[in-house]
Amino acid sequence: MTRYVMAADLRRCVGCQTCTAACKLANATPPGVQWRQVLDMETGTYPQVQRTFVPVGCMHCANPPCEHVCPSTATKIRPDGIVEIDYDLCIGCGYCAVACPYQARHIVHKRDLAYEKEAMAHEEARFDDKRMSVAMKCNFCQDRIDQAKETGQTPGVDPEVTPACVNSCIADALTFGDRDDPDSNVSRLLAENQTFRMHEELGTDPGFYYIWDKNHEPD
Amino acid sequence: MSRIEPWHQTNWDWRAAGNFIGGGSGAGLVILAAMASAQGVAYWPLGVLGVILVGVGLLCVWLEIGRPWRAMHVFYHPQTSWMTREAFVSTWLLPATILAVVTAGPFWPVASLAMPAIWVTALLAALYLYCQAQILHASKGIPAWRHPGLIPVIIITGFTEGAGFILITTSLLASLYVWMMVLLVVLLLGRWLAWRRYVADLTDTGAPAKALEILNNAAVPINFAGHLAPVILIVLGLFVGPLGPWLVVTGALLAVLGGWWMKFVVIARAAFNQGFALPLTPVRGAGNSGTGDKPGWNKGGDGP
Repeated sequence: MTRYVMAADLRRCVGCQTCTAACKLANATPPGVQWRQVLDMETGTYPQVQRTFVPVGCMHCANPPCEHVCPSTATKIRPDGIVEIDYDLCIGCGYCAVACPYQARHIVHKRDLAYEKEAMAHEEARFDDKRMSVAMKCNFCQDRIDQAKETGQTPGVDPEVTPACVNSCIADALTFGDRDDPDSNVSRLLAENQTFRMHEELGTDPGFYYIWDKNHEPD
Repeated sequence: MSRIEPWHQTNWDWRAAGNFIGGGSGAGLVILAAMASAQGVAYWPLGVLGVILVGVGLLCVWLEIGRPWRAMHVFYHPQTSWMTREAFVSTWLLPATILAVVTAGPFWPVASLAMPAIWVTALLAALYLYCQAQILHASKGIPAWRHPGLIPVIIITGFTEGAGFILITTSLLASLYVWMMVLLVVLLLGRWLAWRRYVADLTDTGAPAKALEILNNAAVPINFAGHLAPVILIVLGLFVGPLGPWLVVTGALLAVLGGWWMKFVVIARAAFNQGFALPLTPVRGAGNSGTGDKPGWNKGGDGP
């Protein structure tokens, strides 16, 4: 089996938002919609204050509440673990959006332009009416992942078949790969480090890991 | 700047609340109308009102969805989606109620058909009400909705609103039914207890502070106008002569409006999402990990 997951090394992320911009470029998301974003979180009290940059987006859960509630089966879990949306089936009811504890889903009802009155060339070229008034979210750049089957490349290793946010990360903080393959880059990283997953207690089994320290346990 | 603390979701608004208001009242009314008809109360006005309320609720949902002409896709996922299940039940509930109204009406020749139709309709209405409660419970992204304490609130308020509508209708069209007045008072007490327990448990298990603030701010109108006042008016209505029916009607109306307000507050105003959390801070260099944070919550717990 394959389960594609992502890992964000919180020790490395500098909050530059390059992943956010790369995602926007790769997926042509409308103004105000960011499938990948980086939170700037301040914790502790003076003088023990820490600042952490936390990439968030769809966690591609193995037990996704969005998929369970979707009345139209537009939201599906692929065999490789990617949670995808069929824009032709989605009715835009918003139930998935209120079911997702990661605020990862967006529904846009009106076409917004960056400069309001006139669409820029790329906005005109890449506008997709299928995504209007339906739910949308990060799909781990699934077109690239699917391309790997044809080219024989490895997602997470070869940039052509790796999500745009991972490719763009200037600090090598984001890693993508197959968690079920013990030799994948992401599996090795998870074995060597201590991680947590956000809102794990809700039982969603998220496919997005946060690395916070190296693993001190002996092998 | 990205938001970190829970913020008010905007995907479900007053139209979604309208579905729970209309659907809950209509379903509760259809269930209790079956009981009332067994006591000799005319069924058809109650059934007609029930169909209208459920229909208005469904219309609200239809107005809410982004692609209304694909509405039939709502039936595709009965395996796990409570919204699909609600839709399926509605396709049986609405015609069943109309059938029950027709067979219980004065022009239907075969009287023996009425009671089975009425009770089957009541069963479908109970399923519909249960689906509505579960729809909110399955909304894992909204702590105030997913809390299991909301399930009894939604169900009991459906019954309470239904009893309120029956009292209003019968008091205006026929006469006062003491047993229905007693039932409404009992239901009001049950709803008040369920509501208090829901808010208290939500506070204990942890929830977005702003959601709790909204629920707590709603306590005075809900407790007094939605519960205490109706009970006083209905009890007074039992003893005050000519004004009695009007006191009962006013009390029942307040009971209905109190339930509607509760649902509106929960669905349209207290719907703050989960927000983001950081259980631990990363270890950088020779430093240590610090304690994390869950901004915007009243406590660190994540609730059920």
